Amino acid sequence: MPRIVVASGKGGTGKTTIATSLALSLDSSRTLLIDCDVEAPNAHLFLQPRLERREEVGMLIPEVDAPRCTACGRCAEVCAYHAVVVIGKRVLVLPQLCHGCGSCAYNCPEQAIRERLDVMGVLEAGPTPSGVCFARGMMQVGEAMASPIIRQLKRWAGDGTSACRQAAQAGLHPDASSDGQPIVILDAPPGVSCPVVETLRGADFALLVTEPTPFGLHDLRLMVDVTRELHIPAGIVINRDGVGDGQVEAYCAAVDLPVLLRIPLERSIGEGIARGEPLVAIRPAYVASFQQLYACVESILMETER
Amino acid sequence: MKIVISASDGKLDAPYAAHFGRAAYFLLLDTESDTWQAVANPAVNASSGAGVQSAQLVVNHGAQAVISGSFGPHAYQILMAAGVPMFVAPAGASPSARQLLDLFKAGQLQQIAAPTTAAGGCHGEEGAAGEGGR
Repeated sequence: MPRIVVASGKGGTGKTTIATSLALSLDSSRTLLIDCDVEAPNAHLFLQPRLERREEVGMLIPEVDAPRCTACGRCAEVCAYHAVVVIGKRVLVLPQLCHGCGSCAYNCPEQAIRERLDVMGVLEAGPTPSGVCFARGMMQVGEAMASPIIRQLKRWAGDGTSACRQAAQAGLHPDASSDGQPIVILDAPPGVSCPVVETLRGADFALLVTEPTPFGLHDLRLMVDVTRELHIPAGIVINRDGVGDGQVEAYCAAVDLPVLLRIPLERSIGEGIARGEPLVAIRPAYVASFQQLYACVESILMETER
Repeated sequence: MKIVISASDGKLDAPYAAHFGRAAYFLLLDTESDTWQAVANPAVNASSGAGVQSAQLVVNHGAQAVISGSFGPHAYQILMAAGVPMFVAPAGASPSARQLLDLFKAGQLQQIAAPTTAAGGCHGEEGAAGEGGR
């Protein structure tokens, strides 16, 4: 099951443009797109899913049973994130710092700590008119940590794919075959921090979208470092090709990264995207380009396996 | 009375540190014995939870009042729970710890009743993170 993450480092390079059009260019009956940008998901604008499944997600945070607590301080001592503090005889829990690891409850000698679900966001999934399955996460305003939501989104979306698939096939692809492996495309959040690493975890390939500007190059370098650290093979998409300079191309050649697709800066493409149209709807010729790109990814993956 | 002042260095004449959780030092002053000691803040470069650790530290040292420039929500919550009043230096000035102590004794420092900054102290203020910040 190829899992392809579309990531970028720099924000606004066209991750969602590439992820959605790649999904729409492949065999829709076996394609799942997961929008992992849980702080600002937008892939649904292009795929128009019917969100049928919904689940609240969060983290298990400690709750102290005061009568049982002896204020021994063990919970505060084992908390790596300083989310539990013992002040005199009182235990304070700071949910914003808690990472939900459960160490405090596990180590409490009095079993005075229970864990309760602190809701951080919601997961939603459903079929799209194209037949591509879709899933996304939405983090609640005010939450600070996206990674736990992304981690659960990836697991949950995978669990529900077969249900979505049946629905999509019944309604839209009566003769679609589900032969062949499912293809999972993950639209990553911008940046190179924890949520992006969480999205990349377990991926087979990273499709790195950049633009040929010094800023694009700077953040691409960071992104390439991350994929190498995680041992994930990568390829490049240059968006807004023709602006800026040749430094991105030179860098890709120097570090032996294949440029798999180039999309020029054209006003009509920008206008279409602004109307919520996928790139392959604005320029149907790109369907073949994305299929070619996917064939390249497959051959790179086969080489890596060998 | 035991008073803690956040400071940029371990000296009475060093300028005070403007943000409690990220202060380099805490000066622990005992107004009765007129003695003081400096404690380096182990949380000064913590990736998160600096306010929590700083507050815990000064509470453990028996602080009865804390003077700084600003307090984040976590530090505020802990110091409140411990019953330690918080005072802030006058805005715009950069007094030394010694000067702040004199102002405190003269009753000229303002006590706060709410956190003065958002969580994340000096590098996580609103808007600073932006897209892909975290």
